Order: sequence, then structure tokens, then C-alpha cells
Amino acid sequence: MKEIAFEQVRDTVAKLCIDANCVLGDDMVQAFRRALNQEESPTGKDILNQCLANQEIARTEMMPICQDTGWAVVWVEIGSGVRIAGGELADAIREGVAKGYKEGYLRKSIVADPLRRKNTGDNTPPIIYTDIVPGERLKITVQPKGGGSENMSEVKMLSAADGEEGIKRFVVDRVARSKANPCPPVIVGVGIGGTFEKCAMLAKHALLREIGSVHPDPFYAAMENDILERVNNLGIGPQGLGGRVTALAVFIEAFPCHIATMPCAVNINCHAARHKSVVL
Amino acid sequence: MAKRITTPLTEETVCKLVAGDTVLISGTIYTGRDLAHKKLTDALKAGEQLPFDLAGAVIYYVGPSPAKPGKPIGSAGPTTSYRMDVYSPLLIEHGLRGMIGKGNRTQPVLDAIVRYHAVYFAAVGGAAALISRSIKQAKVIAYPELGPESVQELVVEDFPAVVVNDIYGADLYEQGVAKYRKG
Repeated sequence: MKEIAFEQVRDTVAKLCIDANCVLGDDMVQAFRRALNQEESPTGKDILNQCLANQEIARTEMMPICQDTGWAVVWVEIGSGVRIAGGELADAIREGVAKGYKEGYLRKSIVADPLRRKNTGDNTPPIIYTDIVPGERLKITVQPKGGGSENMSEVKMLSAADGEEGIKRFVVDRVARSKANPCPPVIVGVGIGGTFEKCAMLAKHALLREIGSVHPDPFYAAMENDILERVNNLGIGPQGLGGRVTALAVFIEAFPCHIATMPCAVNINCHAARHKSVVL
Repeated sequence: MAKRITTPLTEETVCKLVAGDTVLISGTIYTGRDLAHKKLTDALKAGEQLPFDLAGAVIYYVGPSPAKPGKPIGSAGPTTSYRMDVYSPLLIEHGLRGMIGKGNRTQPVLDAIVRYHAVYFAAVGGAAALISRSIKQAKVIAYPELGPESVQELVVEDFPAVVVNDIYGADLYEQGVAKYRKG
């Protein structure tokens, strides 16, 4: 049995919140550069250059890439041989989020109740997804998720007869209706299968994939490419002002399905596609 | 070539702005988003004094991240504009001339822009660290209890934006996308 101190988990989460919000992944920076070559619209090119300059300022000055520093979505893989010493895992994560958002001068965007809307003041509670895995390691990923792109996301219960084409139409249509709102160029996370709520989780999890990575299943890799091409043919472009690059990537995660259902979820990420992981 | 404009916006200035223009805005602008807009329009309907003069004013839809010590403001990119659409026509009718945000507006806002000669600018959503460099001073002037949604008076220098909706009824979102759509 491996013991990890409560304080170590808390401080790790705090640091991940700050790093994820201020330092964009190299895969995203490379994706901006590729997009710049591909973009034909002068306004679009100007916007992509602003995105590149912005992430550079954020990285060097350790200030948030976007003022919307998001919901702290935390993915945890905890080995069955790991024990948290001195407290509960969920408490350590919650305290870590509060600490990180305070010390990193990150915006507190969470209200305690959806209708009465009083800010909790420390960006808690986080959303925590815990997977118990074999072994003695603890992997923590913090994925700050902005509200503008989250608002453009959707779940739809399709039927088996809708097939591959039905899924593609739904995803492309969801991006088309989103227009400028989710801050394109976007990353499109797609969850297919499972239950109503499982497919939404899959779509969010898909957003963690590295830009440029290819789906291990050639069937889904081809589907991702086809959806990406159709999305980019919409002409929405950077910030929705017209152009060739509407999305930088489409990532699909599929899961076994009930004979009577075919759920599909689209979770859209803005161009500030932030996430950082650590293994303890 | 970007057009340099200053606030408060005059009739003459907005007449010269057309969809697609890039602009650099200097002067005083005001922050305001969802809850602040509700409070501002409630005050207008009740005939109460607003925390700032609406005539020629520019409102920036933003909820900045907190300022680090020694800085006037934290990261400060635009938030999605459509959530303000239910409030904007009344503010425009009472003198608001400029709005800075991101994303499409609904028809009542577009109609008010044409009718009362206002303008809608888009800033680059997410370019919040870059934009914050053009904000030289920031002061909370109303609704401090709203936290990131409070109304702040910002002094800006060469704030980068693009004209999306002008007084002539043009819409860069429509025109730009139509130009690059395939199939």
C-alpha cells in the first residue's frame, strides 16, 4: 500500500490549476501555427496571430490565457493500492482548487445555486471524476472548462437507424449553430454510446486528447477526419468572422451501447483548450 | 490599417465605421455583463440615476480575472454577447453607442444599432492576456457585490477590436462566413 499525503494532493491540484490556466500545451501552439498556414482570411490570420501572442504573454507572465478560468474539472485515476494519508481525496482536491484559484489570481466563476446565483468565492466545488485502477499510482488531470464553449454543447439520443451519417450530421450541425460563440477555432469532443450521461462524460474526456493524435481505431479516425473537413467547410473561421479554420481537431470516444439506444454528445472547447496532468 | 477611435463615441465617429474595419479604441469604457445589465436596465426603468453617463458610452462585456499586485487588471477578454441581448436595446435607446463582446447578436439588438446609430465590436475571445495590456486603469464604480460581474470604469489605450455590426445594417458574421463557406 502506497501512502500519499493529503497536503501533497492539495498542493499538486493547486499548482495544476495555475499551470493549466496560464500555460497552453505545445500541441495547441503547434496547431495554431498550422492553422495560420491554412487560413486564407486576413481577419482570420490576424486573430490566429493574436491567439499566438496571447498564449506567449500568458506563459511568460503567468497570467490566465483567458479571463474565464473555468470550472475545475478534475479527472483522477487512483490505484487500488494507494491510500491518502491525513484526509479524504475529494477534500484534498477541493482545497487544492480553492488554493490554486486564490494564489494564481484566477477568476472565481462558480455560483452555489443555478437559480439564486451567489458566487462561492473560491471556484469550488470542482467536478471530480474518479476511476479506480490497478497499481500504486495516482494520476490527476485538471481541465479548466470555460462557460462560453460549454454553453454550445449538447446531448442527443439518436437511434441505431441514424447510423454513422446521423452522428456526423448532428455534430456538424451543432458546430454550425454555435457560430462565433464558443471562440473558434474550436476542439470538438464527441462521445458516442453508453448512457445519456456517460456519452457526455466521454465527450468531455475526448477533449483531453493531444492535438495531432490519431484515433487508434481506423473507423473512428476516418470519421474524425470527415467531420473535421465538413466543419471547416462551414466557413465560420476564427472567432466566427469567416475563414477556413473553424476547428483544430475532432476527437471521438465511443463506448458499448444498449440495443435500443445510440446517445451522442458534443462538448465544444474554445481555442484555450487547457489541461495539465501529474502522476504521483 | 486600423482606425483609431476615442470614447465617448460621437455620431460622426460611428458613421465612419463599417463592418470589417479593425479599430484601436482609446478612452474610457465600462465593463458590464449579465447581472450588471439587469441592474442597469432595472435602474433605467425605475427612473434612477445610472452609475455612469450612457451618452456615447461603450460597454465591454467582460468579467476579468483578479489583478495581480501592481497590475491594473487581470486577464480580460470578451464574454459571449447574446446573453446581454435582452437588455441591450433599452440601453442603446438611452444613449449607449458601443458594445464590445464576441458572438452574434439577435435581431432586436441589430435593429436598435441601425435605428439609434450604435456599433457592435468583436474582440478576440480568449485573447485575454493580450487585451489586458491595453487596459491602463480599472476602478469598480458599481455593484461590487457582483465580484467579477461588477461594473468597472476602464481607461484603455489602443484596445484592439473589429467592427461587426454598423449603422448601415451590415453584419461581418454573415458576410465573412458566406465568403468562406464551401458546399
